[in-house]
Amino acid sequence: MEISKPQIGVLAVQGAFIEHERILKSLGAEVFEIRQLRDLDRHLDGLVLPGGESTVQGKLLHDLGLFEPLKNLIEKGLPTFGTCAGLILLANKLSNDSHTYFGALPATVERNAYGRQLGSFYAEENFEGIGKVPMTFIRAPLIQSASEGVQVLATVNDQIVAIRYKNQLAISFHPELNEDLRVHRYFLEMISHFY
Amino acid sequence: MSDQNRYELNKNLAQMLKGGVIMDVTTPEQAKIAEAAGAAAVMALERIPADIRAAGGVSRMSDPKMIKGIQDAVSIPVMAKCRIGHFAEAQILQAIEIDYIDESEVLSPADDIFHINKREFDVPFVCGAKDLGEALRRIEEGASMIRTKGEPGTGDIVQAVRHMRLMNQEIARISSMREDELFNHAKELQVSYDLVRFVHDHKKLPVVNFAAGGVATPADAALMMQLGAEGVFVGSGIFKSGNPAKRAAAIVQAVTNYTDAKLIAKLSEDLGEAMVGINEQEIALLMAERGK
Repeated sequence: MEISKPQIGVLAVQGAFIEHERILKSLGAEVFEIRQLRDLDRHLDGLVLPGGESTVQGKLLHDLGLFEPLKNLIEKGLPTFGTCAGLILLANKLSNDSHTYFGALPATVERNAYGRQLGSFYAEENFEGIGKVPMTFIRAPLIQSASEGVQVLATVNDQIVAIRYKNQLAISFHPELNEDLRVHRYFLEMISHFY
Repeated sequence: MSDQNRYELNKNLAQMLKGGVIMDVTTPEQAKIAEAAGAAAVMALERIPADIRAAGGVSRMSDPKMIKGIQDAVSIPVMAKCRIGHFAEAQILQAIEIDYIDESEVLSPADDIFHINKREFDVPFVCGAKDLGEALRRIEEGASMIRTKGEPGTGDIVQAVRHMRLMNQEIARISSMREDELFNHAKELQVSYDLVRFVHDHKKLPVVNFAAGGVATPADAALMMQLGAEGVFVGSGIFKSGNPAKRAAAIVQAVTNYTDAKLIAKLSEDLGEAMVGINEQEIALLMAERGK
């Protein structure tokens, strides 16, 4: 079934969530913010986990009682799009951190893999099925390895920066920071194929 | 990498900090408490503003070894302060790969006319501003993030409120100006036409704007967020209070759900002693007057 106006919940506990909302709205999605438990009372077709600080977001998810409900939704197959901190929240293993969060994505991720802010960089590389897209990496994580069944969508210097696994799209850069809408459109198309 | 790309990346890091709380810390132990409580970044400094104020004398950049200790202790971004105009201190902070430099009025100014040419640096700068003109002058010099210049170390929110309201009023005024009035307004603010034009067209600053100075309670943080701050710096308010970990976590949650009074009421319970405040009339030194 094609969804005419998908309802996308954007996790808005901390970070660059407004940037995602702006792009998704311009692509015709209905967008709402998830800041506390009661925000999950409504129907959602997709979930966005934005960039920010994963330690802060992880803590707030627990403090606000959002963690278990969202974990269940992701495990049950809700289409989910994580960028940067969102990728960290989804991964089932962090190579340099004893924490894990939702753990639904069978991939090993290294936090702050390029070092401090001086290591942040911009690139333009191929994204599977889209073509060359702008990629902004801010104190970014790196996908060190992905299990079987995980599709690699983009690499930069032979390092994995975007993957897809079943209902999850996870990216170490920030498509929400550029004017290019194609990665978000990819996610919306992923949702429409899912239902 | 081009300078323009670097500047964009530096503005982008500030975007990632939005909706977050940046906490002053003086030791690796405090940094760990702050990180565990949900700080989006920490500001490493030898003495928190309340103690700088109490001690008097000249206040300078912190010992790089002390800053490095904090960098090693946490995984979140680490910021540090240099004196206004002291570009050599800023060079040192860049050399130890600090994530953000605060060219700060909390320290004694090194230059009473010129601010640092922040465009020459690869690391980002945050600067304080009492009004729109000050904010745009700092942005022109290369600042990639702005904060209010609330009176540091007082626990008194009145100045941060004044700065945030003034900024909003001035942005609203520019937004409603005729285009032919912008040229003259740029001269009045002593900034380029392009910056004034950006504010006119977008009804906001071209960089992220946080609240800073005097935030001591979850209610203070919620007040600043409702007035339009995109995040909050908390200086002396946390580690000068009775229960830093609990107060820090409460302020973090209040910033996320800043319009939910019921939740903030609950967060405000049993936080222990707040920092001892000083009213603005009671202080001899107005740090906000440093650097214009």
